[in-house]
This record gives sequence, C-alpha cells and structure tokens, in this order.
Amino acid sequence: MLDQVFVSLKHWLLGYSPAAIQPAVSILLTILPILLVFPVLFALTTVLERKGLGRIQNRYGPNRVGFYGILQPMADALKSLTKEDIVPASADHTVHFLAPLILLAVAFLPFAVLPIGRNMIAANLDAGVLFFFAIGAISELSVFMAGWSSRNKYSLLGAMRAVAQMISYEVPLLLSSIAVIMAAGSLSTVEIVNKQAGFSGIFPHWYVLTPWGFVGFVLFMIAATAETNRSPFDLPEGESEIIAGYYIEYSGFKFALFFLGEYLGMFAISGLGITLFLGGWGAPLPFLTWVPSWIWFFAKLLGLIIGFIWVRGTLPRLRMDQLMNFAWKFMLPMALVVVVSAGAWRFLPQGVTRWLVSTLLLAVAYGLLARGVESRNKIAKRTYRFAE
Amino acid sequence: MRQMSAAFLILAIVTMIAACAAMTLRGLVHCALALAVAFAGIGTLYLSLGAQFLGLAQLLVYVGAIAVLIVFVILLTRGGESDARPLIPTGLPITGIVVATTILALLAWAVFHSFAIHSLGPPASPATVRELGTVLMADYVLPLEVMGLMLTAALIGAVVVAMKEKQDTQ
Repeated sequence: MLDQVFVSLKHWLLGYSPAAIQPAVSILLTILPILLVFPVLFALTTVLERKGLGRIQNRYGPNRVGFYGILQPMADALKSLTKEDIVPASADHTVHFLAPLILLAVAFLPFAVLPIGRNMIAANLDAGVLFFFAIGAISELSVFMAGWSSRNKYSLLGAMRAVAQMISYEVPLLLSSIAVIMAAGSLSTVEIVNKQAGFSGIFPHWYVLTPWGFVGFVLFMIAATAETNRSPFDLPEGESEIIAGYYIEYSGFKFALFFLGEYLGMFAISGLGITLFLGGWGAPLPFLTWVPSWIWFFAKLLGLIIGFIWVRGTLPRLRMDQLMNFAWKFMLPMALVVVVSAGAWRFLPQGVTRWLVSTLLLAVAYGLLARGVESRNKIAKRTYRFAE
Repeated sequence: MRQMSAAFLILAIVTMIAACAAMTLRGLVHCALALAVAFAGIGTLYLSLGAQFLGLAQLLVYVGAIAVLIVFVILLTRGGESDARPLIPTGLPITGIVVATTILALLAWAVFHSFAIHSLGPPASPATVRELGTVLMADYVLPLEVMGLMLTAALIGAVVVAMKEKQDTQ
C-alpha cells in the first residue's frame, strides 16, 4: 500500500541487516530521511520564495540557472561553499564557530516528534509537544551566541532583539498549544493527531474548525512568524537599521547554515501547527482518504510556507514598540481567553450551546482587546513645530 | 550496585566539566554559556532516567529562560567584558567551603538514608505526564496554588518596581 511505502521500505531494509546492528540501522534509517528531505525542501522553498516575491514585486525572480531558475539553490550552495570564511579578528572564535552548528543541530531535532504520516514518526515521545518547545528554547541561546561572539554592536543589538522577541512570542505560542493539549488530553503528537481523525458529514474533526481552535491557530501562526524571525517580525535582521542582525559577521557557508537553520525552524513550527490544529497527516475530505498520509502532511506544509511567503511579500516591518505591545497587550490576553474557551468547549455538552459560549467569549475578548490596543495609538494629523 | 550505563557516564562527565567551566572561566558570558550546558546536561540526565516531563521542563525553564536571563543581566550590567576578574578570589573562601560541605553532607545523608537505595526490586516504571498531572492537581493542589500565587506576586512586584523607576525619571 502506498500509504505505508516508506515504513515497509524501512522494515524490508532492516530485514537484510544482521541482528547485532539492527537497532543502530533502524535509528539511521529513521534519521537519514529527515536529514535529506527537509534540506531539499529548503532548497525548493528558496526558489519558491524568490519567485513568489518577484511575482508580488512585479519582477522576474531568478531565471538564469536551469529551467525557470529551478537550479538556483545549487548555484547558491556552490557560491557559499567557495566564498572565504571570514572571522573578525576580535571575535570570540570558539563561540563564533559553535553558534551556527548549535543552531543547525537544534533546528533538526524538532522533526523527531512530528508525525509526517501514519506510523511515520522518529520518536513517539509521551511529552512530544514539550520536547518541541524545550528544543526551541535552546535556539534562543545559539542566536545570542552568534550575536555576542561577533563583537559587533549591530549584531549584538540584533541578537538582543531576536532573543527578546522570541521570549515574548513564546508565551502566546505555548498558551495556544495548551488549548489543544487540553482538548486532546495528551502531550503526545501522535495522540493529538489521532484525536483529530474522523469526519462529521464532510468536515474533518480538526481543531481549527472549532471557534477556539480557529483563534488559537491564528495566534499560533502569528507567534510562529515572530518566533522564526520572518517578515513582518524580522526586526532582528532589519537591513535598514542594523544591517543583518546577529549574523552580520558570518560569511560563506556559516551564513548558509544560519539560513538553513532559519528555514528548518519555519518548517518545524509549521509542522507543529499542522499537527496541533490542521489534523496532522489526516485528509481534509472524507473521499480523499485514499491519498497517502505523508502527501497530506507535505501539502499542508507547502500551503503554510506559501502563506509565509505571501505575508512576507505584503506586510511592512513592525516597529520594536509595536512588536512588544502586540505581544503582551493583545496576543497574551487573547491566548489566555483561548485557553478558557477551550476549557468551556471541553466541558459543555455537545451541541449549539458550546459553539455559542465559545464564540461569544472569544468575540467579546477580541472586541475589548482590539479597542484597548487601538485607543493607545491615536492616528491624527501630524503637527510640525518649525516647518509650517 | 547497579551498573552505570555508558550514556550516564558520558552525560555525567559532560555536566561535571561544564559545571567546573562555569566556575573557572574568565569571561562572564562564557561562564553563563557553560552553565547553560550544565543545565542541559542535568536535563538529559533526567531524560536518561526516564523522567521525561522533568527533563524537558528542566531544558525549557533552565536553558530557555534562566540561562537567557543570566546572559541578559550580564550584558545589561557589565557589558560582559570584565576579564580583569581574578581567577581565584583573594582571601579565604571560608563561607563557600562551609556552605558547600554542609549541602554535600546533607544531600549524602538524604541519599544514603532514602528508601530507594535499599530496595533491590526492579525500578518503578517512569511516571507519565498524565499521572504527574493527576497527582499535582489532586494530592498537591494546595502547594501548587500557593506557588502560583507567589509567582504572581513576584511578577506584579517586578512590574511595580519597573513602573516606579519610570515615574521618577519623568
């Protein structure tokens, strides 16, 4: 069966290895696909992103290398491999060297707990979601290491911005995940996906199709954008103010490693969003369940990536105070209301009541919070003291 | 005595080296980073003992929050470049030695008198997150709530301190 083709392939290959080294081979066969598939996806995403941004900005993207510029990532990789690796003289060499390595290692780890398809998960941990966030916490430290060790004011500023932003947006990210954990009653990613299986009519039982799930998903994706330092939350690398943020002093392949780590982080957090809210590898419609589960996962992943690219092409960058105000004065209270709403959903009897209660709770909270945010930044005609 | 596994040995050695580095390195930021490695080592030790929730929470809280907090404090106060600090502080570190010996003695006494070391049966199966949650919310709900209240008070206190300073400068 096509759905289990990779699982069967692994078992078939395992059958040929001697019994003594079978555990090691099994681990290798689980890890290697992750190490291969996601960097390839990264290469494809860079082309897609540059082409997409080009389309949004009314220009051609890369179109010289290969057919429609599809081989551009190869050219980029060759370029960054052959570039000189420059380390500033006053930099802290050890930390400067370690930072991209740690960032990359940490970027690969979260994929261990993401169910890519039915029976396709590297490590089915009892506390999988917690593992994801615990690993994500380490990447903050590696960003700081990169910024600090470069001995550059701009890179230090970028690192401080990045760490402050990541800590602030981790709170709504965690809280909106807690709503799902409450509803599913488990921290295991496999269990959460299983809870979202099945259909009522033509609608799947995804958490995004409940009122709290929808709001939670929107909050989760906004926080995820900030967490991965992508536009419009890309202040840590704001070219116009601090040049490139924490990786100014990295050149050649180390820079490429940072780039790879950033995109892997985006894939991982999108994967978690899919697992928590979009039913993981489940099919969206009942008559489409014959399509292999892993195709659905990657289709949803690609959809979210295209969303990220679209947002990057359309929204201007936020200011630092706007960023922090938005995180603490809107996202955090809203995420708390989502948790309460999910609790109400969990304990009210099935039917119209819980839809009404859950929606009303969120709508009132949204109205009040949006009014509170709006009242602070009054938009008025600018008055000049000397120019008029 | 039970056989020590290779994983435990490696993790223990890495943790010990990182902890020693955190004490002896000259750059303050280096010390903080070494401390983060030691925290992570302790977290992975918990994981290797089967305490999944504890280990991951250790990683999340200590490496993700406390190490970052320490680093921030160093950067905001000293600029992280105080290399002139002597490696061994002058004067007899009597207080340190006394405190360290007392804590070591206390811990050793507690470990050697605990019931776990005398029971020779197979180790209990590690608690799942669900069991942990049930115990926390049923048996230990009062301490949990008190802790939550204290943390909230500390949070409000921090905000109040920050606000007061702002009013003074205006």
